[in-house]
Amino acid sequence: MAMNSRRRPLDDDDSYERLGKKRRKVPENQDVEDRLGKLIVEIEVGEKNTSLGNLEGLTSVLEDYLGTYRAKVLRILTDCAVKLPEKCTTYSTLVGLLNTKNYSFGGEFVEQMVRNLKDHLKSCNWNSARYCLRFLADLVNCHVISANSLLALFDNLLDAVKEEEVPMVRKDWYAYAVLSCLPWVGRELYEKKEHELNMLLTTIEVYLNKRSKKHLAMLRVWSTDNPHPQEEYLDCLWAQINRLRQDNWTENHIPRPYLAYDSTLCEALQHNIPAIIPPPHHPSYKYPMPWVVFRMFDYTDCPEGPILPGAHAIERYLIEEHLHQIIELYHYERKECAQQLMNFPYKLNIPLEYCVIEVIFAELLNLPSPRYIEIFYWSLLLELCKLKPYTIPQALAQATEMFFFRLENMNVACFDRLVSWFSYHLSNFKFSFAWDDWEASVKFHPEHPQPKFIREVLLKTMRLSYHQRICDMVPASYAPLLPEKPEVQYKYCGENSNSVEGIQFAQTLTTAIRQKSPNEQIINILKDIPNPLLMEASGDIEPRFNPLQIDVFVQTLLFFGAKSFTHSFVAINRYYEVLKWLAESEEAQLSVLRSIFELWKTHQQMLVVLIDKLLKNQILDCSSVANWIFSKEMSPEFTKLYIWEILYLTINKMSKHVNRLTKELSEMRDKVMNRPPGSSDSEDEQPPQIKTEEKVTEEMVERMEEKIESAQGDQKNLFLIIFQRFIMILGEHLVRCDTDGIPHENYWYKWTIGRLQQVFLAHHDQVQKYSSTLETLLFTQDLDPHILDVFHQFLSLRG
Amino acid sequence: MFLNPTNSPSVELSSYRDQHFKGARVEQEKLLKQSTTLYIGNLAFFTTEEQIHELFSKCGDVKRIIMGLDKYKKTPCGFCFVEYYLRADAENAMRYINATRLDDRIIRLDWDAGFIEGRQYGRGKTGGQVRDEYRADFDTGRGGYGKLMQQKIGPTDPGFVR
Repeated sequence: MAMNSRRRPLDDDDSYERLGKKRRKVPENQDVEDRLGKLIVEIEVGEKNTSLGNLEGLTSVLEDYLGTYRAKVLRILTDCAVKLPEKCTTYSTLVGLLNTKNYSFGGEFVEQMVRNLKDHLKSCNWNSARYCLRFLADLVNCHVISANSLLALFDNLLDAVKEEEVPMVRKDWYAYAVLSCLPWVGRELYEKKEHELNMLLTTIEVYLNKRSKKHLAMLRVWSTDNPHPQEEYLDCLWAQINRLRQDNWTENHIPRPYLAYDSTLCEALQHNIPAIIPPPHHPSYKYPMPWVVFRMFDYTDCPEGPILPGAHAIERYLIEEHLHQIIELYHYERKECAQQLMNFPYKLNIPLEYCVIEVIFAELLNLPSPRYIEIFYWSLLLELCKLKPYTIPQALAQATEMFFFRLENMNVACFDRLVSWFSYHLSNFKFSFAWDDWEASVKFHPEHPQPKFIREVLLKTMRLSYHQRICDMVPASYAPLLPEKPEVQYKYCGENSNSVEGIQFAQTLTTAIRQKSPNEQIINILKDIPNPLLMEASGDIEPRFNPLQIDVFVQTLLFFGAKSFTHSFVAINRYYEVLKWLAESEEAQLSVLRSIFELWKTHQQMLVVLIDKLLKNQILDCSSVANWIFSKEMSPEFTKLYIWEILYLTINKMSKHVNRLTKELSEMRDKVMNRPPGSSDSEDEQPPQIKTEEKVTEEMVERMEEKIESAQGDQKNLFLIIFQRFIMILGEHLVRCDTDGIPHENYWYKWTIGRLQQVFLAHHDQVQKYSSTLETLLFTQDLDPHILDVFHQFLSLRG
Repeated sequence: MFLNPTNSPSVELSSYRDQHFKGARVEQEKLLKQSTTLYIGNLAFFTTEEQIHELFSKCGDVKRIIMGLDKYKKTPCGFCFVEYYLRADAENAMRYINATRLDDRIIRLDWDAGFIEGRQYGRGKTGGQVRDEYRADFDTGRGGYGKLMQQKIGPTDPGFVR
């Protein structure tokens, strides 16, 4: 640029220091914006506010840039306030200091934050909304906002808890949002506006007392409060806030850099928050699910050293919030996440390993489902073991032991998750473990959760390695819990020669399959197979299927592909037509399942994978699989985990199918009306390509709507079948126990009622749609109260 | 500025580029960035498709697994391809499975431009992977000493068979 030659030599060095010290005319380039961003994001005041100078330096730099880069600074600061919530007080102090220098900027900042809050509320970004609200509350501490206007905002938001005919979860959230600001601003409000603060708390208290907590039973990891109470999250926070109140709102955890600048900040003029009201409830709004606070440690569990704050200490809440936020921010990078967790700013004051482990398991065992994919937490724990090899593994071992000895009261879904985690974890440590510690449980009733846990863990570890390895890794006393060797059991093989009916056909088929004969030829061979049902049937009734035909073909084909999953898949694909021809009716499909089970019953993983494949190929219907699982012949398998693995993948397939069609329909509708497609999905910044697709007609939309209606019909039918079967078997059990005068709560009952709860919970979004049908047809008032109760727990989840 | 899920380090391309790829470097990189296929390396010779399926299913529905084979013996030679239906699932595998253990070995994941028939075979002179031609260490999971060393000192145990 021509200006270069006229610039004084010193201007060539435009480092941060020079910008700050010399207050030169700002160079206009994009680079500046990026550097500003970096400075703001990376500002740290250090532990115990040792580096406050950084804050002052940054303030004076930003002050200079408010002229030309105002909008950018505003955007970065409002972003950081919400995306880095753990640094709330740092940024609020910064804003406070800026407000003293530039009152109008302070005003614009507040307005922007309020706008953002409104947007988050409308878009159901609940965490962002809460962080936004908290930041606004903290600005009162920095004299940017008047206490009066904050209280007015809180009052407006709390109007939501007085609304009628809205979901409880909506009211809950607003109460929670306001309560969770109080650790930051409680003291200030207490000092300046004690009366109004108390009124606020009373409003909340009145609401909390009215709440129904039916859903609690479904969301608890442990059904007992011994040794640690499992509290509903709002109740817990309320208790913590009350304890804080008793302590006159003094808390020592949150760093408050603004205290160092009180005299400066006091001189600033405060702003008033523009009035906002909660966006009215809309049926499409999805509020956060309630949760139960997960507690597995108290101070007695931790070794000598810093004390773990009690369950009702506000510090416990603040520490957990912060740790959850770290996980939220870094969950895409497990190494970074582990480092950030172990670099927790206040780690010297707490038994950090225990807090971190508790928070991680809180997320992993969360009901209905973990926030992130399970394997993230598993690999995070591995990273932590690597990072802190002298502390984390011991704490984790302690946690494992606690889990094991408390299994009797553990929620069934959490049981499954622990089994999956533990087997994976072992596989990363050469399966070495102090198995002797658990030896006593080998002799327990086989359905007791402890031996069941071991049995299922061994099964899962076997999937990750091989049978002999598992046998070798446990002591001899564990023999009763060892899995069977997973092997194919083909009944039509040579040794059984003439005793097995159909063996000749099996041999013919084997030859034909080996030669890769076409489907029609195979069908012709099969047509010759006599139907055992014909012998039994009377006269005119034509049996709808031939079980011998099915058995001979299915077993022979899958035996042929027994070498690996891929071999089996290739076999299934090659003879898709034959399978489709055979599996026409539901009874035929049940027969197919019976044959597969007979062939592979010792290889649970193969069963899961084959059924998944056959569902995908639509050779099997979801309803057939559901009926098969609940059939009498499968009752010996009923409480084994792999059965539920199969049922959940079946339900999920159906849900995915319905969701995919629904999405397609909405895209089609957009195209018909020439609307641009939902922009949130585009990841890359290339300009949208003009697709050369056929025009979408109204007729195509109608056909898709029919498809969806049909799919939803299938989905509803699937849930009806599943719930009806649950009701039948549970009902039978309850009646039998009643008649025989024995208590109904045996192990089988506990597993089964737990599974019923789990189906409701894991798929509540989908089941929701059919609530009224379920209520009318199945879960009627005359049902046994034990069973009906589960349905009511489910209803209260979103009520 | 903030950790972007699609750009985060775990998900980035490594420096490896397939020398046999038919097409320009730019084309290969484009495919890698959209790919749902992963290359898995440092497997033991006896690691099975079942084990791989169990582990990788934790990140999502696996579309297919193609075992890497010795070109002559047609037996597994320590690598495989895992293909997902969704890119997001493959990214999760990169984030959470890369550098963890399978069959007691730390496995390495990398993006692959897509399976083509023929790519399931080792490219080493003796049929396995190139790295097994030249390595000097003794690896029980991968046939003992490297092939060149075996030629000098005599064949070693072909890794125990299960």
